[in-house]
Amino acid sequence: MQIQTETRDGNLVLSVQEPRLDAHNSDELKDYIAKLLEGNESRLVVDLSAVRFIDSSGLGALLSGYKNANLHRASLVLAGLQPRVQAMFELTRLNRVFEIYRDVDEALAGH
Amino acid sequence: MNDIEVDIVVPNQTRYLSLIGRIGEAIARELDHYRGDREALAYQLNLVLTEAMANAIKHAHHENAGKTVRVRIHIDRDALQIEVYDQGQGFDLESLPPPQPDVPVEHGRGLFLIRTLMDEVEYRRGKPENVLIMRKRLQ
Repeated sequence: MQIQTETRDGNLVLSVQEPRLDAHNSDELKDYIAKLLEGNESRLVVDLSAVRFIDSSGLGALLSGYKNANLHRASLVLAGLQPRVQAMFELTRLNRVFEIYRDVDEALAGH
Repeated sequence: MNDIEVDIVVPNQTRYLSLIGRIGEAIARELDHYRGDREALAYQLNLVLTEAMANAIKHAHHENAGKTVRVRIHIDRDALQIEVYDQGQGFDLESLPPPQPDVPVEHGRGLFLIRTLMDEVEYRRGKPENVLIMRKRLQ
């Protein structure tokens, strides 16, 4: 799985460079986030702007990251959801769980 | 429109989810007579195929790479039917609890999504295989 990370304004921005987040690669994302949280990160911004398809296991991996962040007294927020990906969060009502920002800049400003 | 029938067998590996999902998308885009949003339908077919196949690969076949998954898609003027076959223990579709939005858990949304997006969903247990049948009206 292609993921780029960079630190911006004290946030760790994680850009998922995959068009699909599904049962084939979601465990990898979940493990990747879990590993990052072993460090001292306080806020993860997951940039999903390159993701055009997400399934239930992709949603599950992000939810796992969200819960894991809370356990580590950190936070995980989402940014850049394409409309159909956003619709999946709404369908499953996970939009009520996650903080979702239009793009990374907004996520950084919404700190 | 003449009927379209696609019958495909792939190895029991998650790397083929994308291939099958994209076939669903491509079919949706061919449905000229569909009056709804064809791009939304393309995503939905991609999703239900991905979810149903992932269930077969992971839960029915326990990721055994020696097994195969058969997917059959049939479209006529009025409706679309997708069948995903597995050779596992089978399960009771009616016994699955709906997801609780107030207590979000990481698993168990796949069949909920399938039931939400398709008009009819049925799981037939049989020997030597079970089949998940999903139908959607196109009119």
